[in-house]
Amino acid sequence: MPTLNVNGSVRTVEAEPDTPLLWVLREQLGLTGTKYGCGIAACGACTVHIDGVATRSCVRPLSSVGANEKILTIEGLAPKASHPLQKSWVALDVPQCGFCQSGMLMAAAALLKANPKPTDADIDDAITNICRCGTYNRVRAAIKLAADGGPRQV
Amino acid sequence: MNDSIAASPRRAPAAPARRRFIVSSAAAAGGLALAFHVPFARRAQAQTAALPQEVNAWVLIKPDETVVIRIARSEMGQGTLTGLAQLVAEELECDWSRVTTEYPTPGTNVARKRVWGNYSTGGSRGVRESHDYVRKGGATARVMLVQAAADGWKVPASECSVARGVITHKGSGRTTTFGRVAAAAAKLAPPADVALKDPKDWTIAGQRVARLDTAGKVDGSQVYAMDLKLPGMLNAAIRDCPVFGGKVKRFEPAAIANRPGVKKVVPVGESAVAVIADTWWHAKTALDALPIEWDGGANASVSSASIAAMLTAGLDAPEGIVGNSSGDARGALAKAARTVTATYAYPYQNHATMEVMNATVRWTPERCEAWVPTQNGEAALAVLAEAAGLPVASCDVYKLNLGGGFGRRGQHDWLAQATTVARSMPGTPVKLMWSREEDMTHGRYHPVTQCRMTAGLDAEGNLTALHMRISGQSIVAGLFPQNLQNGKDPVVFQGLNAGGAEGAFSYAVPDLLVDHAMRNPHVPPGFWRGVNLNHNAIYLESFVDEVAAATQQDPLALRRKLLAKSPKNLAVLNAVAERAGWGTPLPAGSGRGLAQIMGFGSYVAACAEVSVSDDGRLKIHRIVAATDPGHAVNPQQIEAQVEGSFAYGLSAALYGECTVKDGRIEQDNFSSYPVMLMEQMPRVEAIVMPSGGFWGGVGEPTIAVAAPAVLNAIHAATGQRIRELPLKHHTLKRA
Repeated sequence: MPTLNVNGSVRTVEAEPDTPLLWVLREQLGLTGTKYGCGIAACGACTVHIDGVATRSCVRPLSSVGANEKILTIEGLAPKASHPLQKSWVALDVPQCGFCQSGMLMAAAALLKANPKPTDADIDDAITNICRCGTYNRVRAAIKLAADGGPRQV
Repeated sequence: MNDSIAASPRRAPAAPARRRFIVSSAAAAGGLALAFHVPFARRAQAQTAALPQEVNAWVLIKPDETVVIRIARSEMGQGTLTGLAQLVAEELECDWSRVTTEYPTPGTNVARKRVWGNYSTGGSRGVRESHDYVRKGGATARVMLVQAAADGWKVPASECSVARGVITHKGSGRTTTFGRVAAAAAKLAPPADVALKDPKDWTIAGQRVARLDTAGKVDGSQVYAMDLKLPGMLNAAIRDCPVFGGKVKRFEPAAIANRPGVKKVVPVGESAVAVIADTWWHAKTALDALPIEWDGGANASVSSASIAAMLTAGLDAPEGIVGNSSGDARGALAKAARTVTATYAYPYQNHATMEVMNATVRWTPERCEAWVPTQNGEAALAVLAEAAGLPVASCDVYKLNLGGGFGRRGQHDWLAQATTVARSMPGTPVKLMWSREEDMTHGRYHPVTQCRMTAGLDAEGNLTALHMRISGQSIVAGLFPQNLQNGKDPVVFQGLNAGGAEGAFSYAVPDLLVDHAMRNPHVPPGFWRGVNLNHNAIYLESFVDEVAAATQQDPLALRRKLLAKSPKNLAVLNAVAERAGWGTPLPAGSGRGLAQIMGFGSYVAACAEVSVSDDGRLKIHRIVAATDPGHAVNPQQIEAQVEGSFAYGLSAALYGECTVKDGRIEQDNFSSYPVMLMEQMPRVEAIVMPSGGFWGGVGEPTIAVAAPAVLNAIHAATGQRIRELPLKHHTLKRA
């Protein structure tokens, strides 16, 4: 049975090799913060990190994920939602329905890791997730806020 | 079928998943806590000691001073949980930092004689139609809590004051808290009448408070219906006949019987087949492999072209259903010194909620329960009961926050399917979830219309007559024909009515006729964020600019002239023109465009600034949008709604189109139904300017001005007038 390294734990899963990682996370490991939106890597709701790289898990077969590759999901992004992006998201009241926000946050976290001070154009290039409620402008503002160190502590 | 899977480790996640689910639901939203008392009886018992005291239907107080406010409307991103709670809390005088919310179940509402009123969440009605009774709910609870404290002290209630959940007796200085007197308050008779605060005295309502439901949306812990996992639950995927009105001719369950995890293949009605499996992925992939033959029936020859021809014929029909008429528009047009005419068209569009349609249902011969992301809990309950074959009293619906609604989740075709599927597995909870492809091709689509505008001008170029002929589909005829009014669908005339909250035609035109040639193709229509107001505003506001161009008038000056007697419209129009710098120079290839409308009880206007590059690429730089909703319950959430409405409205204008071929919708995913991304999103400057004295909605109105402001700006930038949407079909060229 394949093993996966998810959020710092080694987990054994039982699924056919062609099962997309998304469905392994959601249905085998119960990590439902990662969402199904389109199944064709078009919307980004399923975004997780694999070795730090933002990856659309709905088209990534289980067989292609090595046991030593580190998978990070929204549940493992930071303890108690303490990532600067999560704090910025809260400070600016970014989410509306919230469904796309896990993917948005994971895409943004990968962006900031690679590029701590992204320009607007960098954000446009990296955040290609779909939000139907239209949180884009607050997402952009929250990424910039996090890049500037996050909201001031109160 | 392969039942061996039942004992395999593949089912093992049920237990840990349930534990996590309980933790996350308890942490995330009080609303879920109530909903899940029913199925998880053991948990309910464990919580009995900490159960909140109900003071009245709207307000519960826990011993730790937590205030639980019950909300009947559904949260789908629009912030209604927070806004309605602010109104209750304002009158309750509680400590806002201790407020949580919960959804009373629709079944409880029925059992309690609809004490929470209307559950329907659409038409931007959450605040504008329930502000009075929810505030009274808070005020009534406050009066009872203060009375209980006064009774305890044996003093008149009039000598007591209350602030942030603390009651003080002025004379003696004694204090107590809501938590300590809640049980005594609950035993008192509610006051017959209560006075409500003047909005100018608000301290919680009207403030830019943070949403109550954000925490679970930034760490993945909010449980959407799609995420729900019940003990022993199975998963189902479904395929409905791609041609609306068609049927299943035959299918071969034997072909997939040995696929992993498959439990059952179930016909659903005459038109659909579902596969039930241990996991959704197994169900979905087995369904993909299931041979199904369809009988498309009479609709299988319908195409976008045949629908367009049907609507075009309606433009020329001699008579229409009259929505608004004053004077003699036809006579005036015949006598006009000059006429201007233009024809517009608006396509079918899908809601494309991020969370696909889904519901979980557990059916037994005695009782049926469903976990539903619904915009209308009571309608969901009715659909559930009918599909379950049980009385309403034997059914209930547990609402979960929606991953987007936009009107789609006010219809419950998918819940009826889920119930039928669950009936095939008595006692087993079954989650039915659509694939994105199923969701795209089985929507309840933004209706298709065309419009011919004809203006009559006098010798001086004044607009004296206007005939607006809308030809196309009626939502009401499609969804509840019994609600047509002598054949008329009033929703068709949003923003074009002679008066009223649902949108008044505000321009002064002496001879006016707005009429509708109803033409109903087979594609099922539905309510859609903004819906008819959207295309009506495109037709009207584009045409006002066309009249301005034909008479060499400035579009702002013409609107100001025609709105001279409509001060609220004028105020929002002037606000955006001023902020946007109307009339100031722009670089070559750039332009500004205006639009204004009244709808969903509010007055809105927008000014768009766009540029078109040498190679024809459109960039929408900036939107200034003003809203006068009468009263503004949470200005920062109104700003969020306004921003979002431009993402939704401009997605529709730029890309939104569902085409019909062989009776079926051609677009099946975001690859063929693109929507706006971060890169296309303009800067939005929202002006919230409540003028008081009325209550308007905020979720939808500004969508209506999104597209026409941009279309008018494109005209200003290029000289091109776009009359058929979406924009993706047009090649833009700088003049």
